[in-house]
This record gives sequence, structure tokens and C-alpha cells, in this order.
Amino acid sequence: MSINRVVITGMGAVSPYGVGADILYKSMRQGASAVKKCPALEEVNGLNCHIAGSVPNLDEKQIPRKHRRSMSRMSFFSMLSCMEALEMAKITPEMRQNGQTGVIIGTTVGSPQTQQDFFSDYLQDYSIERIKSSLFFKIMGNTCASNVALALGISGRVMAPSAACATGIQAIGLGYEAIALGKQRTMLCGGAEELHPLTVAVFDIIKAASTGYNSNPGRSPRPFDKDRDGTVCSEGCGIVVLESLESALEREAHIYGEVIGFSATSDTTNISSPDPKSIEQCMLAALISAEIEPDQVEYVNAHATATQLGDPAECEAIERVFGNQTYVSSFKGHLGHSLAGSGALEVISMLKMMAENLCLPTLNLEQPGEDCAMVRHVLQTQPLSIRTVIKNNFALGGINSSLILRKYA
Amino acid sequence: MIQQEIIDIVNRSLAEEFELETENMKPEAHLYKDLGLDSLDAVDMVIVLENAFGRKLRDEKAILKIQTLGDLYAFIEESRRNY
Repeated sequence: MSINRVVITGMGAVSPYGVGADILYKSMRQGASAVKKCPALEEVNGLNCHIAGSVPNLDEKQIPRKHRRSMSRMSFFSMLSCMEALEMAKITPEMRQNGQTGVIIGTTVGSPQTQQDFFSDYLQDYSIERIKSSLFFKIMGNTCASNVALALGISGRVMAPSAACATGIQAIGLGYEAIALGKQRTMLCGGAEELHPLTVAVFDIIKAASTGYNSNPGRSPRPFDKDRDGTVCSEGCGIVVLESLESALEREAHIYGEVIGFSATSDTTNISSPDPKSIEQCMLAALISAEIEPDQVEYVNAHATATQLGDPAECEAIERVFGNQTYVSSFKGHLGHSLAGSGALEVISMLKMMAENLCLPTLNLEQPGEDCAMVRHVLQTQPLSIRTVIKNNFALGGINSSLILRKYA
Repeated sequence: MIQQEIIDIVNRSLAEEFELETENMKPEAHLYKDLGLDSLDAVDMVIVLENAFGRKLRDEKAILKIQTLGDLYAFIEESRRNY
């Protein structure tokens, strides 16, 4: 069994700011919110959250019809993100096809819009005679990973973890472990989500969606803030190219960061309410995986989605593990919560911010709530040389995951 | 319905569904080799044509022998006569 160092050599993003990792980071750097009014949500009876982050101006026609026909919106996001990431990493077609390159992209559920289209037709007369051949390929759990692998000729491992909001970090963690163990040389990893009223409703039904900022969409979500009132859903996809250090050096690839630890644990206390102790155990497990001590972590990129229960639970756990001097921010205030897409999108923004020796704040965090005040919040963009960070991703269903990254040196 | 109408409807339907260039849609064009369709497209082609012509085509045995656009025009014409 070999243990390889694993580095990041490419990034690709489709976010509510648009297509591209640069527009993602530049928009965040400017302090822009990606959350807007969403008229489609206003039409849903009983739904109280009318704001969201939608991907604008998507040009899916650049994907050949042969591949596009079996893709839904989340697979378009995945494909465009992977194309950008591969180009940035300068991964050649030969590398993609040699069996040593794989793809891990998960989602919460297969395309909900396609499922709606199917059932809207099917329930008219319980007939399947009008249903086209590509239906299954858009709703299967592995839709993003398989469509991307097929379209890009990626012949190694194809995996699709489904862990709701923790999917993105799980995907990166699985890729990290596969490369560390020498099972793959290169892997495209991340998560994707497409916005649908069903997703927003999930949070609204359990009183975890923001409902008080429908007239001021840019002011919500408000992670950690005393006036936070729940999460705001969004959509998109983040992809990172993971590669063994040996391979990256051999190719003289630019290295954007190194993955040094990963953990995935289960919170068995409740299917929806996060337990601080479980979060603490998850972060401790990541530190053990990385073989570092808590005081070596200089920044925590929190999962924090601005819910009443989730934010304080995470703060309590962060304070227990890292104390009150480690910088903490959440990017949900900028991006909203793209569920399976969130983990990798936030990793990409974090890597770019570290490259600029900056620390981005939690957008909309003006005054921390008393229950979130025990950690060192970043309230505005500040110069900061950060070497080692932990990225949290937690999910409904009791799935926790943490990833530890550091600047490559 | 005269044959030209059939040709127009078939070509319009297939061009829209499969994003085909109309100048390539000649009677001798092979659906797979020339127009790039495959077995999944063949399934969708039947659904599209059933919708365009308003009748069920999928159970016709002759449908399995279609190879070119010309075969398809003739199939539609024949199915119309038998309808």
C-alpha cells in the first residue's frame, strides 16, 4: 500500500454568479450576494421562502447533443465545471483515457426537474408511452458523474456519493483517499445541485429556510448573525482536480493546494438537528487523518447555513476544538446553500483567497448571535496569510465531513 | 396528406429533436451512419413522429427495417394508408 501526497491542480465552477471559477471568486471578493428574488418560488402554495441563488446565462449548447441529451441542468453544471477544471490542470485526453483518471461527483437527488417532468406527464393517464429514452440517465443517482465520464472519455473510477449537503466534501475526500492509496493518479471531484422548489420546501417545511428577507434577498442568508432566520437555497457545481504530487511534479503542473486530511462521520443523535459533540468528533478525526494538532489550523471555513440550530452547534464544536482565536467564516452568505454543490465551490473560493493572502468574511454577518459569539468571526475582508485550513460540510441525515487543506510548499 | 407534407413533417420533427442540419436530410441519408443517430435516438424518433402524426407507430413491424430517411418517409406513407 502506497501513501501518496495529494494536491489540487485544477478548479472549475458553475455558481449563481455565473460560469467559471474566476467569476465565483471575484464576485465574492467584491462582497456581492448571489441571492435574488425567485418568482417561481412565489407561485408555490405554502412556501414562505421566495429567494434563491440561480445560475444565470447557462450555455449548455456548447456540449455536443450526443452527450447533452442525457443531461439535466445539474449535469450541465458538472460538465462545464469539469471542462474548466481539466483545462486549468492541463489534463490531456490521453490522461483521461488511461484508466488512471477518475471522476467522483455526487448530488442530493437525481434531477428533480426531470422527475417533475416525468410525473407531470405520467400522472395524466399512467402512461409511459410519451417518455423519452434519456429519462433514466437524468434522474439516476450517478447522473452527473456518469454523464461527465462519458462525455469526457474518463475511463477510471466513476463514483457518486450522495450525502446531501455533505456530498461535495465527501467526493473530494474519497478522491483524496483513492489517490493517496495509489488506486488512481488523477480525479475530478465535487458535487452538483439544481434549484427546484422541492429543495427549498425541504428546508421551509422543517422551519430552516429564510422567510423574512424576501424583499431584501441580498441580506440573507446570514450565517452566525443575531438576525439569521434560516438558509437560502442555490444551485451550481464545484469541481477540483486532485492529483498525486508525483504526477503533478512530473507534469510541472501548477499546484493550488494540498489535501492533507479527511473525515466522514455519522451524527446518530437526530436525523436533522446537529449535535456539537458529533461535529467536534468529525473535526478531530480530520485532524488525526492529517496528523496535525488543532493549533496548526489557522482558519475554519464553516458549513454554517444560517439556521437557528446548525450555526451555534458548529460554533460550539469549533470553540471546543480550536478555541476562540482561529478565524472562522462561512461562504453561505455570499452563495446561498447549493447543498451538494456547496462543499467544492467553497473549497475553490477558499483556495483562491489563500493564494491572495486574504481572508473573506461571512457576508451578512453584522452582529454575531449570542449563541454563536464564542469563536473568532471574520467580519470583513482582511489580509491574512493562511497556511492550513479546515473545511466543514454537514448534511441532513446526520452526515458530517471535514477536509483539511494547506498551501503547497 | 401528400408525400411532400410527410417529408416536411418528418424532416422538421427530426431536425428539431436531433439538431440536424436540414441540408443533410436527403432521402438516401442513413439514420445511423450519415445522420449520427443511435438506438436511443431511434426510440425517441418514434415518440416524436407519433406526436407529429397523431398515431401510434411503435408496434408496426416494418419500423424495424427503416435505415434511411427515404425508408422512413415510405413507412409513414404506408402506415397512413393502413390507418
